[in-house]
Amino acid sequence: MSRRRYLTFLPAALALSALLGCKPVPFTEAEKKAVASLSLSSLPPLPADPSNRYADEPAAAALGATLFFDQRLSRNGDVACSTCHLADRQFQDDRPLGVGISTTSRRTMPLADVARSPFLFWDGRRDSLWAQALGPLEDAREHGGTRAAYAHFVKDNFAARYAPIFGPLPDLSDVPASASPLGGETEKVAWAAMSEAQQEAVNRVFADIGKAIAAFERSIVHEKTRFDRFAEAVASGVEPEGDAALTDEEFAGLRLFVGKANCIECHNGPRFTDDHFHNTGIPPADGLSEDLGRQAGVAQVLADPFNCLGLYSDAAPEACKELRFMVKSGPELRRAYKTPSLRGVADRPPYMHAGQIPTLEAVVDHYARAPKSREGKSEVVPLKLSESERAALVAFLKTLSN
Amino acid sequence: MGFNWRYLVAIIGIAAVAAMALTKLYSVPPQPVSGPNFAFSKPSDQGTYVVAIEPETTPVKQGELHSWIVTVKTPDGKPVESAKITVSGGMPAHGHGLPTSPEVTDHLGEGRYRVEGVKFSMAGLWELKFAISAPQGDDQAVFNLML
Repeated sequence: MSRRRYLTFLPAALALSALLGCKPVPFTEAEKKAVASLSLSSLPPLPADPSNRYADEPAAAALGATLFFDQRLSRNGDVACSTCHLADRQFQDDRPLGVGISTTSRRTMPLADVARSPFLFWDGRRDSLWAQALGPLEDAREHGGTRAAYAHFVKDNFAARYAPIFGPLPDLSDVPASASPLGGETEKVAWAAMSEAQQEAVNRVFADIGKAIAAFERSIVHEKTRFDRFAEAVASGVEPEGDAALTDEEFAGLRLFVGKANCIECHNGPRFTDDHFHNTGIPPADGLSEDLGRQAGVAQVLADPFNCLGLYSDAAPEACKELRFMVKSGPELRRAYKTPSLRGVADRPPYMHAGQIPTLEAVVDHYARAPKSREGKSEVVPLKLSESERAALVAFLKTLSN
Repeated sequence: MGFNWRYLVAIIGIAAVAAMALTKLYSVPPQPVSGPNFAFSKPSDQGTYVVAIEPETTPVKQGELHSWIVTVKTPDGKPVESAKITVSGGMPAHGHGLPTSPEVTDHLGEGRYRVEGVKFSMAGLWELKFAISAPQGDDQAVFNLML
């Protein structure tokens, strides 16, 4: 090729490289601030749980770990917390709906940093980790047991470990083998026949089981990923190196995440969640009964005898601010569900509260289309995203996994 | 063969077009020049009261519950002691309300009231509205905050 011909192609080649293969322009200060706010290094220390005075006791956490993996804590002897919360799968189960004794109506949530959530479950129907742990234990589709049976179980199997933490176990000799206000008909009748003192004694042991499991779960935390190493480099003004360097596509995805696509509106902070509840127009899963999301969750957490203001909470009422000042009514609660963390999200399809959406690509498509909600009003507005923008967002989300 | 200046002109021309295209691709929308009023003390909408707000702990952190002290006075500076105050607000740009239901939990005297349970769940422009009911009349004051 002559020099003249070469020079003819040069301008076109330059223009093309500028448009396609170029390095993206650096972050603005606002973008840098947004990226830093998502970094795990921005996570403050885990706050105390005033409702659980055993939350940070190692012996309670050790007992909780034992109970978490113990299948005997169920009606059929086959279901432990770890049946759905699998330790090597981010403490979730990869299924659209959790399966204990039978199939539930919700996607199993991962557990990393779950102790930081002010409200638990997709609809926030419990207000502490220990109160949350009690729900599945008595749910007929999950562990399917009763609080009286669990109290007997602890007395028969763990008395020596229980007493040094929680004090002596109560006399359960006159307590029926199985009884609960939430059980089957005979178990409800058995519960109603118990004295108030017996009921309180059983409730206290039951709450202590939850408090031990919660103490263990407080140790399950997020680990830094490529994104965090990238964010730390950006924050300290050095060029990200090795696996901390994002590809141009991942970088473009991050920029969309904090900018045009506005994912950060709800998926904010180092855990990528605002801990709040939103109707995002996710359609109900086929075959499940009516599900009002947060609207039902609010009523349930207020009525829960194990909530922060209840008899079994260790918190002074003034410490129960999340419960006292929660939004208790309003149209925005209808079919609103908790914003899940996006850390590790690429490794745990399917998505949404009943596993309705199978892939991340389909999730991005849902938010771009922003369909109307079947009930209530979706907060999401439609957004035009090109194929490459969608791919970039997914590429960025993958940097939140190791 | 001498250097052909036409190529240099062409290179500069195409580079300029590319630069413009990049600016369009990566630029952020321009920020409004005249922003909202961020004063923490102002007359209420009808001028019935002068309302001042102040966070009880600073800095105000995203996602954490915190409390504010609201001071209500008449325009001539007399504290209003028997006010009923309700709190609302939200993010006007996003069309949603506050993530919590803040309430007045204490009357501290000298027209000062403690509002607990305020939370801002994301960065951006928030509105806090205080509806005040007292013998002087019903009025409200709306404050803007940038988090």
